[in-house]
Amino acid sequence: MSTATSRRNLLIFAPLGVALAGGTGFYLMLRGLQDGSFNPRGVPSVLIGRTVPEFSLPPLESSGLPTLASADLLNLPGPVVVNFWASWCVPCIIEHPHLMALHRRGVPVYGVNYKDRANDAQAFLTRHGNPYTRLGMDQPGRVAIDWGVYGVPETYILDRQGVVRWRWAGPITPELMSQDVNPLLDRLRA
Amino acid sequence: MIPEIGHFALIMALMLSVAQSVLPLWGAHRGDARLMATASPLAFAGLVAVGVGFGALIWSFVVNDTTVMNVVQNSHSAKPLIYKITGTWGNHEGSMVLWVLTLAICAAAVAGFGRDLPSGLKSRVLAVMGMISLGFLAFTLFTSNPFDRVWPPPPDGQGLNPLLQDIGLAIHPPLLYVGYVGYAVTFAFAVAALIEGRVDAAWGRWVRPWSLAAWAFLTMGIAIGSWWAYYELGWGGFWFWDPVENASLLPWLVGAALLHSAIVVEKREALKVWTVLLALLAFALSLLGTFLVRSGVLNSVHSFASDPARGVFILGLLAVYVAGAFALFAWRAPAMAPQGVFSPLSREGGIVLNNLLLCSIAAVVFVGTLYPLFLDLLTGQMISVGPPFYNMATAPLAFPLVVAMAMGPLMAWKRAAFWPVLQRLWWAACIALLAFILALVLGGWNALPALGFACGFWLLAGAVVDIGDRSGLGRTKLANVFNRARHLPRAAWGAAIAHAGMGVTILGISGMGLATERLIALPAGGTTQFAGYEWRLDGVRDFQGPNWTSRKASITVMRDGQVLHVMEPSRRFFPVGRMTTTEAAIRTNLARDLYAVLGEERDGPTGQREAVLRLHHKPLAPWIWIGAGIMALGAGLSLSDRRVRIAAPNRRRREAEEAARAGATA
Amino acid sequence: MKRLALVLALLASPALAQIGDTTYRLEDPTQEQRAREIGRELRCLVCQNQSIEDSDASLARDLRLLVREQIAAGASNDEVMRFVHQRYGDFVLLRPPVNTATLLLWATPVLALAGGLFAIWRIRRRGAAAAAGVGEVELTEAERARLAQIVPAPDSKGDHRA
Repeated sequence: MSTATSRRNLLIFAPLGVALAGGTGFYLMLRGLQDGSFNPRGVPSVLIGRTVPEFSLPPLESSGLPTLASADLLNLPGPVVVNFWASWCVPCIIEHPHLMALHRRGVPVYGVNYKDRANDAQAFLTRHGNPYTRLGMDQPGRVAIDWGVYGVPETYILDRQGVVRWRWAGPITPELMSQDVNPLLDRLRA
Repeated sequence: MIPEIGHFALIMALMLSVAQSVLPLWGAHRGDARLMATASPLAFAGLVAVGVGFGALIWSFVVNDTTVMNVVQNSHSAKPLIYKITGTWGNHEGSMVLWVLTLAICAAAVAGFGRDLPSGLKSRVLAVMGMISLGFLAFTLFTSNPFDRVWPPPPDGQGLNPLLQDIGLAIHPPLLYVGYVGYAVTFAFAVAALIEGRVDAAWGRWVRPWSLAAWAFLTMGIAIGSWWAYYELGWGGFWFWDPVENASLLPWLVGAALLHSAIVVEKREALKVWTVLLALLAFALSLLGTFLVRSGVLNSVHSFASDPARGVFILGLLAVYVAGAFALFAWRAPAMAPQGVFSPLSREGGIVLNNLLLCSIAAVVFVGTLYPLFLDLLTGQMISVGPPFYNMATAPLAFPLVVAMAMGPLMAWKRAAFWPVLQRLWWAACIALLAFILALVLGGWNALPALGFACGFWLLAGAVVDIGDRSGLGRTKLANVFNRARHLPRAAWGAAIAHAGMGVTILGISGMGLATERLIALPAGGTTQFAGYEWRLDGVRDFQGPNWTSRKASITVMRDGQVLHVMEPSRRFFPVGRMTTTEAAIRTNLARDLYAVLGEERDGPTGQREAVLRLHHKPLAPWIWIGAGIMALGAGLSLSDRRVRIAAPNRRRREAEEAARAGATA
Repeated sequence: MKRLALVLALLASPALAQIGDTTYRLEDPTQEQRAREIGRELRCLVCQNQSIEDSDASLARDLRLLVREQIAAGASNDEVMRFVHQRYGDFVLLRPPVNTATLLLWATPVLALAGGLFAIWRIRRRGAAAAAGVGEVELTEAERARLAQIVPAPDSKGDHRA
């Protein structure tokens, strides 16, 4: 009888146990939300740790820049940044100065222009400056889908072997530059 | 000045709730009648204070007082008056005040209607409600003060989210809150019972009306929310298994289990510990919903702009109320008296099965909603749990539930026989089978909707069998049957009607399973044949609303050359807030909905302008919500039963009823 | 008919498909039905909790088109799902894949039902053991009196059955 009672007591403690475990979990989530380690919207890229899918894109003729293909992302002299952008995308304007800064520091920034018109893309570069050393035009947005991009801007960092090490969906911010982008680039260059 | 009065009133309410949570509880503990007697006046005073606070907030919105931060963020002078008022609770801060007001109304109702409650139980119930009120008032005042001022005042507000500028969404939250808060009352009763260490039939009789009322309001709230999603989101769906929708479904499921098991407590003094647990769970899940929506741990179209600091506060409240109540449960529940005995095959047994299945469905929804969050927390993996999962995981549990739903009411208490029940239901089974075959043939061999039709008709026929059987159909003369049916307890009618309502909703959902749609681009004057109708786009024009501009299409729907409907779907643009919404046009004849949405406009292949239209044909769609209304009606009817009515009837009325009954059987 | 011809032309030259005829639907109704079923299983990544069939976001449109192109090209449902899954990971699947990480999720219905049945069995056995000593647990006279005092007696009519 006494063992039966104690087992019954375990059942009686079940709701409390679930509530406490759940509460602890929620507390950790809230803490993570505040320090950025928990983000219910941050979806990791499937490409992390892998080389990029095969592709080749047409160039933006008017810019005179060389175009971009998967072959250009293998056996590199150093890490590169690949940035998906469009002239119609407002956050792209916000992050643009950071790309320019990377470009000035000699980091190769390769651009993929997403669902854009050639004239608009050119006007954007003329007006805001050109951070890209290579630029491909992905008008149908198919290469973006192959990369698993789900919106612009989206930025990838690839190491020398062309393996994707980092991905950010959304505009690059000063915090991201100092906390993620610059340290990673330094490490990959070393 | 008025906002300060409101703010002050809320602070007063906070003070009152402190007194309400301490004095009666202490009095009940000491057996001090004077202290216990403070419970009711404190509850009434609390209602007045919160009422003044809420009134002051409405006033600030109505006069568009731009010195109040909340008004600036959520209102605009160009908004129609009705949406200025409803905008009061269309935001986080205001909705918290409404939540607290609802709680105050319920506490006052317990105080007012509960004159015959044993004073110890009543004091403890009101004290627990005072504690809940205390927590949420503190949350409102310290983290979400709706009366914060801004200086200098901006010239005008920033407008309300246009999606919220809608009558469905204006009445949806208050209904949900009444539901959630109703479970605060049953929660308070459960906690009081745990403190007293006893649950008896009288307790069951007090908990039942509150669980019925809460469930009826929750049913209406969920139905209106789903109806809103149907006509406002413009995608023709009515239930998306969105985390926030799930958060409201969880207390509904557990609440449905509660209102059934409370009957067993009342009639048979069985399932006591379990019923107490359900009462705790129903409110715990209501609070969980509040936490999920407002803390920012999940993102949804429905959630308020969220803030982790608030989340921590709500989590703290949850810890106190939920963990506290469960700890009390673990401590006190074993002391409860042993349970009444019944055979597995009995009305009680049926209700246990109902509880088991409802709670299993609730467990699936609960785990499905929280699993991605916890998996992300523990492993960093991101997964989605969407409609395909829920449909697949809940259907096998819902099907036996529906089958049992028609059988349960026909079973006798304590011990029933299986075959007589089946015998009485054989023609209901025939109808269900017929519906299945017909739906299969007419619906293009779609097994799932056909099964749904069978379930729906099974429940409808089951409800008829239930009432017929109670009235002695087939055992006595028809005139007698009608007479007896008329004098059946309202609870019996209520149960049958609520079950039939579920059947109606299932029919509607099954009809939706046969819905068809067409996406087409038409130039002005272009026509298309779809779902047996001829649809002609007459044109698209500009239209000016009070605080929005829109493009409005005019579509003429014809059959055999006769004009049936003119539908005007539109796309609205709200300059304040820079948002676009789609306004679907819906025409119903109850047998089906025609549903049209205006998409983008563009240059067609031949150079002329075309508009993209999405046309839907949705058989039986309106019955989803009508069924929910019938369910709520059934619960309301049951609530009005003299046996469960909150106020005990006076002697004279009872005598009159007895006389009537005597006349009926004579 | 002219529009259909245009759609085919668009298909032939993917570079032009960016106009992404949003009304693009497969001609064959069974193929279109399949496309829709697949679409309902795929999450629109930029919106919350909507399938690509239910969303007007541009990526959802692209994916709708992509699904239909692949089906038109003769891909099986599995192949199309795998194609999208390879690019967007588990997050894109509204029906999570069954693996070690989701085992508990998928087991929930069975666990809940079995756990409930087990609890009922245990409690009944205990109840039966207790009842063997005490007999039927009914209201005591005192309780009955108290009940009658608090609330009017239950109307037993119409609720008790043979």
